[in-house]
Amino acid sequence: MSAAATTIAPVHSEALLFWRRLARNRPAMASAVLLAVIALLALLAPAFEAALGVSAARTDLFNQYALPDATHWLGTDEAGRDVLTRLLYGGRISLLVGLVSAAGAAVIGTFIGLVAGYRGGWLDSLLMRTTDGVIALPLLPLLIVLAAIDLTKLGVPDSIANSEMASLYRIVFIIAIVGWTTVARLVRAATLSVRTREFVRAAEAMGVGSATIMLRHILPNVVSPIVVATTLSVGTVILLESVLSFLGLGIQPPVPSWGNMLTNAQELATRAPALAVWPGAAIFVTVMAFNFLGDGLQDALDPRATRR
Amino acid sequence: MAAFLTRRLFGMAVVLAVMSFVVFMLIGLMPGDPIDIMIASNPDLTPADGARLKELYGLDLPLWERYTNWLGAALSGDLGFSRTYNRPVLDILLPRLGNTVILLGLSSLLAIFIAIPLGIIAATRPQSLLDGAINLFCFAGISVPPFWLALVFILLFAVSLGWLPAGGMGNPSEGLFSRLEFLVLPVVTLTIASLASYTRFARAAMIEVLRQDYIRTARAKGLGAGRTVFGHGLRNAMLPLTTIIALDFGSLFSGALITETMFGYLGMGKLIYDSILGNDFNLALVGLLLATFVVLVGNFLADIAYAVLDPRISFRSLEAA
Repeated sequence: MSAAATTIAPVHSEALLFWRRLARNRPAMASAVLLAVIALLALLAPAFEAALGVSAARTDLFNQYALPDATHWLGTDEAGRDVLTRLLYGGRISLLVGLVSAAGAAVIGTFIGLVAGYRGGWLDSLLMRTTDGVIALPLLPLLIVLAAIDLTKLGVPDSIANSEMASLYRIVFIIAIVGWTTVARLVRAATLSVRTREFVRAAEAMGVGSATIMLRHILPNVVSPIVVATTLSVGTVILLESVLSFLGLGIQPPVPSWGNMLTNAQELATRAPALAVWPGAAIFVTVMAFNFLGDGLQDALDPRATRR
Repeated sequence: MAAFLTRRLFGMAVVLAVMSFVVFMLIGLMPGDPIDIMIASNPDLTPADGARLKELYGLDLPLWERYTNWLGAALSGDLGFSRTYNRPVLDILLPRLGNTVILLGLSSLLAIFIAIPLGIIAATRPQSLLDGAINLFCFAGISVPPFWLALVFILLFAVSLGWLPAGGMGNPSEGLFSRLEFLVLPVVTLTIASLASYTRFARAAMIEVLRQDYIRTARAKGLGAGRTVFGHGLRNAMLPLTTIIALDFGSLFSGALITETMFGYLGMGKLIYDSILGNDFNLALVGLLLATFVVLVGNFLADIAYAVLDPRISFRSLEAA
């Protein structure tokens, strides 16, 4: 390409146009900044502990329900633990569960969508009917059953099943195995249109194997719906995690999560209403930011779509 | 029509059968065996009694054999007993289902009747301040954790202001009105989440319809804004909306479980939750199946409504889909 040609008609890559559209979307940009701040604060939790001389884990029964002051910026909870640092550690858990489960669900969904869309036929029917079935299920009661099962009966060694982090792995796993449906449908739809394109036909004619075609030729062309759906689902996952933890079936105390910090809040509503407010507000703001960001990505990737 | 019905009923039966199998197997992995719990709570029972009881209830059989026994009994109409209530499970589930249907029915009607006007207002004034405000409300509604919303409502309206009861069902003998008081907070909590998502769908569906050629034709021939938007726009936008709302039944039930648990409302969601935690496995199993069945019937009715609303769609084309 000659320099003269580019000065006459500047060529903008798809990627550049995408970033420009995203940058113009103020709610999405504000959300991205907000999420970065939340993630940074969560990572800095130990620094806050050190700087303020407080502890998220140490109980202090002489200092229950303390009101906010210079050391305990948000006061203390029913066990005298510092609320602010517990919120920050809880944020680590919520963000970790949200991102990892959403990514896991995206991987499962992408695989199912690619196979269904590319292979077609009875496999497609079977996979899509299964997807429809999973979508129709009342998921929360099913998740509660999954969260309540005894891992040792599945042959998981006791040392792992009852370790402190077991509840974290378990919740990531169960959310991923039920959360893949949206991605699967979107990827299937995109695969159906991509698989008829010339470069796929050419690869087929050259005798390239179907796994390579799916991963090397189709997958790169169906990334945008995956990114949008995954970003939007991080919010949903954080909500699910908080509900399960709140019900006592998710992240187990003493590991703090935004959901399990609210478990006792209902009984303590009259005594310390502030304890019920902070974790919920943190979930609310974070989920809303992920939703705005996902929405912004969707608009930027597909400007002709209905939203704007 | 007959082929369509057969196909759908067969599909529902398959989903229920798979669901019953999966849940039965999962329940086999639950901590605590009912008989072990019985022995632990009664010092007079010896391990030999325990073994005899297990044999009596068939709990010594392998899991898959217990499942086929259960399935055989269930298909002949015997869904078994609840361990904690000592009564047939359906006797306990059906009144609770009634309560849940009241809760779900009221809040979905409320959500639909508020969401459609809001969606139309937003869609007819895209990018306006009002559209922005409605959009913000929708994002807030889908992002708020429902149990926290319930908590905030309890703090605000029951604890601080004392206007409404914090939970419970009211006394049925005091008549309908006293029960309504107990319904307000659960219904409002449950409505907000679905209202937000329905409004977004309604707005998107209306915007899509309003840019169609027939809308331009209607405007060009001088039809009033009201008749264009309602007669031509809404009528067509109702189609995608019906499907989306029908597909939402499952998550609506999940919402009901949270709301009922938070407000101590004696519905089926709370019953399922309590029975899972209380090791009342048969009740949990049948409850889950009943909930799934209700959701599937909801989806099925929506498909029929879809064909009725859209004269272009016949049952024949639904069969092909």
